[in-house]
Amino acid sequence: MKVKIEVMLRDAILDPQGNTIKKSLNSLGFKNVKNVRQGKLIEVDLNSNSPIKEKKKIEKMCEDVLTNSLTEKYKIKFLKNK
Amino acid sequence: MKIAIVVFPGSNCDRDISWAIKNISGKKPDYLWHKERNFTNYDLIILPGGFSYGDYLRCGAIGSQSPIMNEIKKRSKKGTKIIGICNGFQILTESKLLPGSLLQNENLKFICKKIFLKVKNNNTFFSKKYKLNEIINVPIAHMEGRYFCNQETLKQLESNEQIIFQYCNDNGNINDFNNPNGSIMNIAGIVNLKGNVLGMMPHPERCSEEILGGENGIRFFRSIFESIN
Repeated sequence: MKVKIEVMLRDAILDPQGNTIKKSLNSLGFKNVKNVRQGKLIEVDLNSNSPIKEKKKIEKMCEDVLTNSLTEKYKIKFLKNK
Repeated sequence: MKIAIVVFPGSNCDRDISWAIKNISGKKPDYLWHKERNFTNYDLIILPGGFSYGDYLRCGAIGSQSPIMNEIKKRSKKGTKIIGICNGFQILTESKLLPGSLLQNENLKFICKKIFLKVKNNNTFFSKKYKLNEIINVPIAHMEGRYFCNQETLKQLESNEQIIFQYCNDNGNINDFNNPNGSIMNIAGIVNLKGNVLGMMPHPERCSEEILGGENGIRFFRSIFESIN
């Protein structure tokens, strides 16, 4: 089973990369773009197919290593093997 | 006086600091590989600048999980003096040995230049040889040096006088214009509440010899030597 972890800077934190992308899009004519935030996606492959069993461990990975809770927030998505 | 410098894969200021310390004190520090778990007692342990683990994930994040860090956390509780410079500072915040975090510079650039710092607290192990509010010229070289913390932490840092260095201009003015990376309150260096752990983005080891263009860093090291002895 694969787990996708989306990491974003917290809303209150300035994201200069997002701002630069926003300006670039605006200057290319995409005037409808109001704001851009850039994050990262981490894909973890587990030798397990049970989201219920793995949820706590994945959360611990996120809290301990994968994200910095002061500046980042995360969302976990489990992609179960068929 | 026993000093150790921790070497992570990707550290690149370890030898610079060793050189500066040898030059100033006459004693050569030991190097400790980041996988060490058992080592002798040291008065001072330094986490040098560089790019530990290639800055992968977040600067200092993987280095903070190195085996040596558990031991360093234990020793910091016992009062061993710990310094993190640049990437070392990032490792200290990721290890929670210091509060806050270091984010990408506001202008998204790697900034390598000499800046001015104001000594905001000279009553520490690391700054006692400077005058209070003295302005010193020290180089910075980083891409992720934007110090950030929440308001509660900021109040604590202020009320406990944990802010040691702030970015300023040559007149000592601390404002946005003289803030190279967007750090909250122009913070360049802080200590923990106990006062034995210091993190700073600027590089005192790169200005501890006239041939390098300045000697403002010498008193940083002399402060520590005096505190130890």
